[in-house]
Amino acid sequence: MANIVIDKIKKTFGSFEALKEISLEVGDGEFVSLLGPSGCGKTTLLRIIAGLETETSGQILIGGTPVNGLAPKDRGLAMVFQNYAVFPHMTVFENVAFGLRMKKADQNRVKSQVDKAAALLHIEPYLDRYPNKLSGGQRQRVAVARALAVEPKVLLMDEPLSNLDALLRLEMRTELKAVLQASGTTTIYVTHDQTEAMGLSDRIAVMYDGRIEQIGAPVDIYSHPASRFVGGFMGSPPMNFIRLPVTNGTVKLGNMNHAVPASVEREIVLGLRGENVSLAPLAEGLRLDVRVAEPMGSHLLLTGTIANQPVRVILPPGESVKAGEAIGLKLAADRLTWLSPETGLALNHPSR
Amino acid sequence: MTAAQPSNFGSARKMLLWSGIAALCAWVLVPIYLVALGAFGGRSGVYQWPKSILPTGISLEPFLLFLRTEGVAGAFLNSLGAAAVTVVLSVLIGAPAGYALARYDFRGKDSFRLLVLLTRAFPLAILALPLTVSFIRIGLYDTVIGVGLVHTILALPFAALVTQGIFMGVPRELEEAAWVFGCSRPQAFFRIVAPLALPGLAATAVFAFVISWNEVFAASVLTVRNRTLTAYLLTVLSESPLHYRFAGGLLLILPSVIFIFAVRRYLFAIWGISSK
Amino acid sequence: MQNIKKTWIPYLLIAPSVIFLALLFLLPLIQTIWLAVSEGGAPSLANLRTMAGDLNFRLAIRNTFLLALAVVPVQIVIALAMGSMVAKVDGGRETILWVWTIPLGISDLAAGLLWLSILQNSGYLNSLLFSFGLIERQANWLSYQTPIALFFAIAVAEIWRGTAIVMVIIVAGLNQVPKEFREAAEVFGAGPWTRFFRITLPLIKPALQSALILRTVLAFEVFAVVYALGGTNMPVLVGEAYTWQNQNQNYGVAAAYAVLIMVISLAATLVYLKAVRVDPERLP
Repeated sequence: MANIVIDKIKKTFGSFEALKEISLEVGDGEFVSLLGPSGCGKTTLLRIIAGLETETSGQILIGGTPVNGLAPKDRGLAMVFQNYAVFPHMTVFENVAFGLRMKKADQNRVKSQVDKAAALLHIEPYLDRYPNKLSGGQRQRVAVARALAVEPKVLLMDEPLSNLDALLRLEMRTELKAVLQASGTTTIYVTHDQTEAMGLSDRIAVMYDGRIEQIGAPVDIYSHPASRFVGGFMGSPPMNFIRLPVTNGTVKLGNMNHAVPASVEREIVLGLRGENVSLAPLAEGLRLDVRVAEPMGSHLLLTGTIANQPVRVILPPGESVKAGEAIGLKLAADRLTWLSPETGLALNHPSR
Repeated sequence: MTAAQPSNFGSARKMLLWSGIAALCAWVLVPIYLVALGAFGGRSGVYQWPKSILPTGISLEPFLLFLRTEGVAGAFLNSLGAAAVTVVLSVLIGAPAGYALARYDFRGKDSFRLLVLLTRAFPLAILALPLTVSFIRIGLYDTVIGVGLVHTILALPFAALVTQGIFMGVPRELEEAAWVFGCSRPQAFFRIVAPLALPGLAATAVFAFVISWNEVFAASVLTVRNRTLTAYLLTVLSESPLHYRFAGGLLLILPSVIFIFAVRRYLFAIWGISSK
Repeated sequence: MQNIKKTWIPYLLIAPSVIFLALLFLLPLIQTIWLAVSEGGAPSLANLRTMAGDLNFRLAIRNTFLLALAVVPVQIVIALAMGSMVAKVDGGRETILWVWTIPLGISDLAAGLLWLSILQNSGYLNSLLFSFGLIERQANWLSYQTPIALFFAIAVAEIWRGTAIVMVIIVAGLNQVPKEFREAAEVFGAGPWTRFFRITLPLIKPALQSALILRTVLAFEVFAVVYALGGTNMPVLVGEAYTWQNQNQNYGVAAAYAVLIMVISLAATLVYLKAVRVDPERLP
């Protein structure tokens, strides 16, 4: 087990800056997700930590030891790849045993470690088979077992669930969490799927354009996004952004006035999570013109406009609202995010 | 009646398709069959008139007689030797280049590819002409190794491009996984990449063999006494009896047909790659 | 995308190829050109003049070009037909393709000898014609007195041998065109010919281009087939180079022929690259 310190890591490809001086600390046994859209640099950062790519500048310490310039094999880590990278010409047993064999572990230890990892991921029945005969989910289990069998100081995972179908992904996610909680391995997990990051992580680092936009516990990031990008990236439906006029330090939400952070003058952007609303009489609430109503079973999803700006909100499943109607909405006043229309940064973020 | 028409029409088209396929198969196979008749028919067979396409009066004897003719066995062995040199050199030299093209981005990569592709626009065997002089000087003239070297020029660009495709077919992630789990680069190559690329590499080797085995011009120019089979046949062509020529043709055909059969699975994949 | 400290690795890997190609491709190439345009160590056009003044020169050029013109289009058409046919077959596809690729492993010399067994005086063609009563005695197809028959005999042998490689390239190209494109065209009402010319053919352009280049360069190298069937009855360029080198021991004139062949091959390649232009944006 070990902690990871990432200190001002920078990576350029020609004139393109893939990573702009990223710093991040991952505690011993912690699970941190790197979350972001494709091209944000999350995979590059992971590959730099693994030693598969070389940083342009900056330093990485694993368990206090600088690993810059070390070959991947000398960094004491294991990795789970997006396409599993299970060796097709070896049996499942040999795949799981691979790391131990390379370390010249003795036969008994190989056997016991493989058995342990196989039991943890329920792949004992396939140990003699070749990976080609396995399904995607089973191969994924082999890949995870191979990583855990070496008892790495650090586990790196690069979108490990993205090639599984939706149902399997949910199942593997739960199982992964259980397994990793049990092993207590320091883990960095790259994903573009915010529900995966939310469900698995102790902390999430949201990345965008080669920088970390925000880092924090999942719930904090969800409820208090530091910027418009984070709010829009997290959550389904994403956070709504409504531009509203400010008069005398307040904005008018329906027939109520709401004080806004002092620093703005003419306009402010309201960041509104779709579920932080409830139905109110049209005369009292904020007016929503409903364009489409989708009953999702667990909730009612409404798409429409507030002050001529597109919005998605969620109501309890029992409400009956039809397309074309106008309804009033009451907003949960303590759960609103206020953002600067110029910078897109949150004005009432607790860290600010 | 009207309902049956479409299916009649369909089966007529099917007939047409299959007769076309059968005709083209016959077009390929019949000449081979006929030269085999010629090879096994001996002197009497050659002058039989009119000929029957049935295998009458054939025996192994004329073919064996041809094999025992002075020079044939030696030429056969020389051809094998030159082909062996070609196979070993083109795979040993071409495969690393293919690996570099498949796995690395480096300055000069495009120029290197261009150099390799450029060889295709040239009738390479012709380059044996000036090599005669240099080969005489360094003692490679009239040797199996000299012929193998020139044949490697023919096979090397092919080997580099094909192995590039083969190595690209081995996912990079597999190699990276091996690095992460404790392999050095050479270890990862020999433990993971090489076993997975082996069938493709074997197919490449077979093609190198066929290229060398069939080459006529350079082999004829570069040898005098140590003739390869093609060079030998070319030079004795005008003064040898017909059934000897047919036997020679058959002897040339046999090994490469067997090899093509062995790699038939890879033919299309390889040409798909190398014609890109 | 690679480790910065390991930039020397790819150069190490291509170094043997580069050295090999430099020594045995580029160097002989330059030597050939120099041999062709020099005389006793000084630049001279004597060899080229000797070549151009040679009796067989015009014949060789004409024959080589005519052969390429006759052979290459037929090979492409047959190969396209083979590819389209085999695409419609489910069972036995592998066997059919194997049979059709057999000539790929056969040298031009062997192909010439193969057809010699059919076309020689007491061969199978004459036997067949005789049994149908079309000829009364053995007809001669391969002598210098029957240049047209000899030309056709050589063309047939070349077509027989060289179609396989074109077929392999084209089938490989066809395999990369998803069936859905043709099916979509069919749904929208395109008949088989329209589908072939409007959908399939444009999509296999890269394969077509490389098949054309490969085959044309090989067609200008034609030599052993000619030799096996007609001896020296029909002069071709490579045959002349061989004669000047081996019989006349005149390396200069042989080199001049070699340069001529290379110039023609390069020109043909360039023509194809321009004429069959492949626009990567229009490919799947």
